[in-house]
Amino acid sequence: MTILLHSPLDACLTLLALWGLIGLAGLLRPTSLKYVGRTLFPLGALCGAVLAVVAFTSLSAPPERAVLIVGLPDLPMHLRRDALSSLFLFLLGSASAGISVFAAGYFRRGHGTSAGLLCLQYHLFLASMGFVLLADDAYAFMVAWETMALSSYFLVTTQHGLEEIRRAGFLYLLIAHVGAIAILLAFGVMQGGSWQFTFDAMRHAHLTPVWASVAFLLALFGFGAKAGLVPLHVWLPEAHPAAPSPVSALMSGVMLKTAVYGVLRVSFDLLGGPESWWGLVAITVGLFTAVYGVVFAAAQTDMKRLLAWSSVENVGIIFAGFGLALVFHAVGMSGLAALALIAVLYHALNHSFMKSLLFCGTGAVLHSTGERNLGRLGGLIRQMPWVAWLSLIGALSLAGLPPLNGFVSEWLLLQAFLFAHQVPQTFVNMLLPMGAALVALAAALAAYVMVKFYGVIFLGQPREATLVRAHDANVLERIGLVWLALGCVTLGLVPAQVVGALRTVVRQVAHVDLSNPTAPWWLLQPMPGRQASYSGLVFFVAVTAMVALTIFGVRLFYHQRVRHSSPWDCGFARLDARMQDSAEGFGQPIRHIFEPFFAMNRELPSAFDHAPRYRVSIGDRIWQRLYEPLGSLVQRVADAFAVLQQGRIATYLLYSFVTLVALLAIVL
Amino acid sequence: MKPIEIITQLLELIVALAAAPLFVGWINQCRAWLQNRSAPSIWLPYRGIRKLFHKDAVIATNASRLFRLAPYVVFGAMVIAAGIIPSMGTRLPLTQVADAIALVGLLATARVFMSLAAMDIGTAFGTLGARREMMVGFLAEPALLMVIFVASLISATTALPAITEHLATQRLGLYPSLAFTAVAFLMVLLAENARIPVDNPATHLELTMIHEATLLEYSARHLALMDWAAALKLFNYACIGFALFIPWGVSTRGSAPVALLASIPVLAAKLAVAGALLAVLETVSAKLRVFRAPEFLATAFLFAVLGLLVHLLLRV
Repeated sequence: MTILLHSPLDACLTLLALWGLIGLAGLLRPTSLKYVGRTLFPLGALCGAVLAVVAFTSLSAPPERAVLIVGLPDLPMHLRRDALSSLFLFLLGSASAGISVFAAGYFRRGHGTSAGLLCLQYHLFLASMGFVLLADDAYAFMVAWETMALSSYFLVTTQHGLEEIRRAGFLYLLIAHVGAIAILLAFGVMQGGSWQFTFDAMRHAHLTPVWASVAFLLALFGFGAKAGLVPLHVWLPEAHPAAPSPVSALMSGVMLKTAVYGVLRVSFDLLGGPESWWGLVAITVGLFTAVYGVVFAAAQTDMKRLLAWSSVENVGIIFAGFGLALVFHAVGMSGLAALALIAVLYHALNHSFMKSLLFCGTGAVLHSTGERNLGRLGGLIRQMPWVAWLSLIGALSLAGLPPLNGFVSEWLLLQAFLFAHQVPQTFVNMLLPMGAALVALAAALAAYVMVKFYGVIFLGQPREATLVRAHDANVLERIGLVWLALGCVTLGLVPAQVVGALRTVVRQVAHVDLSNPTAPWWLLQPMPGRQASYSGLVFFVAVTAMVALTIFGVRLFYHQRVRHSSPWDCGFARLDARMQDSAEGFGQPIRHIFEPFFAMNRELPSAFDHAPRYRVSIGDRIWQRLYEPLGSLVQRVADAFAVLQQGRIATYLLYSFVTLVALLAIVL
Repeated sequence: MKPIEIITQLLELIVALAAAPLFVGWINQCRAWLQNRSAPSIWLPYRGIRKLFHKDAVIATNASRLFRLAPYVVFGAMVIAAGIIPSMGTRLPLTQVADAIALVGLLATARVFMSLAAMDIGTAFGTLGARREMMVGFLAEPALLMVIFVASLISATTALPAITEHLATQRLGLYPSLAFTAVAFLMVLLAENARIPVDNPATHLELTMIHEATLLEYSARHLALMDWAAALKLFNYACIGFALFIPWGVSTRGSAPVALLASIPVLAAKLAVAGALLAVLETVSAKLRVFRAPEFLATAFLFAVLGLLVHLLLRV
């Protein structure tokens, strides 16, 4: 206990090392599901919970450093824990605690990777994410970053027997590495000629505005690839459905946030003074990503793919807020910069809980029905009440409805956008409130997506006869889901306390603060004066009291007689489950309204068809217009270089000789 | 909390609950006059609600708890929403915990619960109605938010009472930005409350229904609550319109408590005029095809954005 209090950094390192050990312990009895699932995963969850507590208590502690003498000679790993690291460690610990408990009940005997190996990959993934958040030099950061990418790649390809899953894994690995190269180059620019790759040296390096901008754009590209910004989002809808559900939850809920951490670290901490046009770039990309993601989410028919696209949307919203914070910071509007930055951190925290909850929920559905296709689900609220009611909390949060957590961060972001008209540049302050319009559109569409997601899976009649045999989640899975749902509810009900905690982070990292010092404990009042206020708790109590009062009043004054009968069939007596609106049907208005977004393939029946069929498939235009030409270009260049490849040893020796001579000529 | 605040708050809730069906009755009566029909009694909506409460509820065999909970949630949300909108006085304690954005969120919550309940039974028309309701919703909600944003930008706050006070105490003048947003708001009001031209409140032809289709499976007390909630929603939207565009006559902070009593007839007059205008609008226009509804709402959204641009360009 003393170690926890004296040095949170040491405590965090110990916990990360423990995760590594738990992973290794999985190799002892790799095929025993009981040992791995009932012992190791709950232990990992416990580590996560302790990590969350340590990180939370150390939020306002001063930064501390450590040096680990591991790795290459003369290249020790510098580590540092400050408020920003603590916040994201809290996110990692608290979300992974729920996911690990769920995972303990989730993994069954399958055809893919054995349980013990999976346990190693899983806990290595967790530990490497922790190290990413603690790294204080480029070397340590890149090692942790790559470990994270590789361990998650192996997790994605757990079912490596399937061709499509290998393909998804490859795409993920490819884009992860394109991004990693950009990040490496960004670090290379940021050392500013000192050839010192510690973050401290980068903080003190004096970059010209041009080089600082180059570093920022490289970092935005690199971290954007990991976060899934359009047009680097293509791996997300492939990799998330391919991975086992707890891994999808971890990737979407936590790993995407390490990219947010990275971009915040680089732009506010390492580069110091951002320029306002960086912010405009981030806002534009972010808003486009948000709308693009949610429109595609609405058109999906695979439940995990739908959630993956929704993650693209949320990442877009986070980056839009980040851009807004950059703009405010650049023009020296401290209060609004703090507001936007708090909205970003809040949304990151919210998304990690609500998206993990929903991914775990789909995992439970997948296990009990074996279906990912929305067209073969339905009515599961009757067979799986636990999963259904807990998923309802996640769906309502993700739809951004009060009094749950998704609403609070969107509220903060809208406030920031709304008061952006005080920015001194006329052009910018004309444009920024337009951003509020797009955020509002994305939020409203998210509600549509969530009604589709929830309604088609859990409500209505079962679309397949086998669904009536579906069973609810087991005890461990339920505990995990309840934990994540509690996170959503808590973050929604006490926004003032959460914002208070985030303020310390924002103060330490970006040296900005909200301009409103005092408000009652139950009231969130981020702007000076009476401009705006919100209280999740009182709001919840008011609505619940009113609902309870109505129920009570109706019971008191009127009888409670109920007759049960079959549904009204409009006189057409053969109503069946296939006449319900399908996932495709729910996508129809979206395909209709946002037609230019989609590459659509429609097969319409003619009037004379004997077996009329209607088929529609939608593709991503960015994939067709950008990636396919790029892929063929790479192929052509590679073919051109293949001429060099002769297969004769003498030719290769000649190449070496010519290279050597050429180099000597340059050097001498 | 001062006594006047509690009195204002309770008065708002009670007046909304009591007057919402009357407002619907009034619109129906005006419409009947304009269409040369003999008008039903203005009290008909009350009788309808009373009758429904006394009936036996018939519930589909496969209904889940969500289906039975939804009417209460929708109704409760609409009542609380009525408590947030300053229709008579601005001294409302509830507006401190929920500003205009939270109000839009609350209305969205009600809509989502109604759509989910409609999907619960799994009939063809219920799910169709849910989908269309959400389609109208996701287009109307951003437009409504933009309307509110313009008013917020003019008065530098998102708290509805502060907006109303600011606009009510201004020198009487024409805000071009508010003129654009008023048009946008009217369109949103028509769409969100299932009025012509987006939906027809009088239709019972299943294929064209939006709002009614979501209620197809409800009966007795559940239907009564849903109907009452729909009336409250219309009342609330009218009051949002009054608060943003004709805020005069509302008892503001600093006015004498008696002013609250004077604001009741003012609200009644506003509602009477608004109801008559709605009836005229519904009489002279025809219902659009469902596919045209997105265009109608996109126009509303554009009008609101235009209002925002005008405000930012001209600073008025």
